[in-house]
Amino acid sequence: MSSELIVFLVLSLVAIATALGMLFSQNAVYSALFLVLNFVTVAIFYLLLGAPFIAMAQITVYAGAIMVLFLFVIMLLGAESLAPANTLPWQKPLARLLSVILAVEAIYLLFTKASSNLEVTTPDASLNTMDSLREMAMSLFNNFLLPFEVTSILLLVAMMGAIVLTRQEREAK
Amino acid sequence: MVPVNYYVILSAILFTIGALGVLSRRNPLIIFMSIELMLNAANLAFVAFASVYKTFSGQIFVFFVIAVAAAEVAVGLALIVEIFKTKKNINIDEMNSLKG
Repeated sequence: MSSELIVFLVLSLVAIATALGMLFSQNAVYSALFLVLNFVTVAIFYLLLGAPFIAMAQITVYAGAIMVLFLFVIMLLGAESLAPANTLPWQKPLARLLSVILAVEAIYLLFTKASSNLEVTTPDASLNTMDSLREMAMSLFNNFLLPFEVTSILLLVAMMGAIVLTRQEREAK
Repeated sequence: MVPVNYYVILSAILFTIGALGVLSRRNPLIIFMSIELMLNAANLAFVAFASVYKTFSGQIFVFFVIAVAAAEVAVGLALIVEIFKTKKNINIDEMNSLKG
């Protein structure tokens, strides 16, 4: 077993364990913290795959900004754990059954229809720095300029939406 | 040398855990987190294939997915806060009417 494979297996165990921890924690704050760890693990996968910019964006945007927003809202609403409500008794077993079916289906199709012999090699550290970043920026601003601009409008609209939704209505005078 | 199939299997497993979260949890915040997990699983597959085929398009797509996820979370959490203000409760089973 190569060292890369060992790193991959250990990291994927951590990723799956933290995802399950997120799912089964009763306290929403613990869920959010498990999810932060999961995002950091995925960022390390991105580094292994030779995508340093995406890895750093993952850590700053997902593990930083988005999860801080989540933790803030959880603590603001006091929604760490909801009061038990009368739930449908067959819902959880059905959900588990359906997701097992989904996983089996995906992995079966992957091995029968979409199996690929390609292998990922982690690039050397020397290749993994500014050059790839420069190339990616050239691609982003030449081939994908319109989607980039549309994304900026999307972020602006989301910002306005969040402000409008949470604005205190002034009393009519 | 890690076969790209392994990355895709990991992505499928993470996606399934996210789907299970959406189906089985009743806290809308955890449902949102599960959606983020599913987006992340898809991103992982994108970056794995981008790395195999030595192209940047996959990575740039992931960049856009991250931006859209940030926008989605901002609006979604604002909606949850607003629902909490009117209903004093965010149990997903209570959200069954459009009119507050």
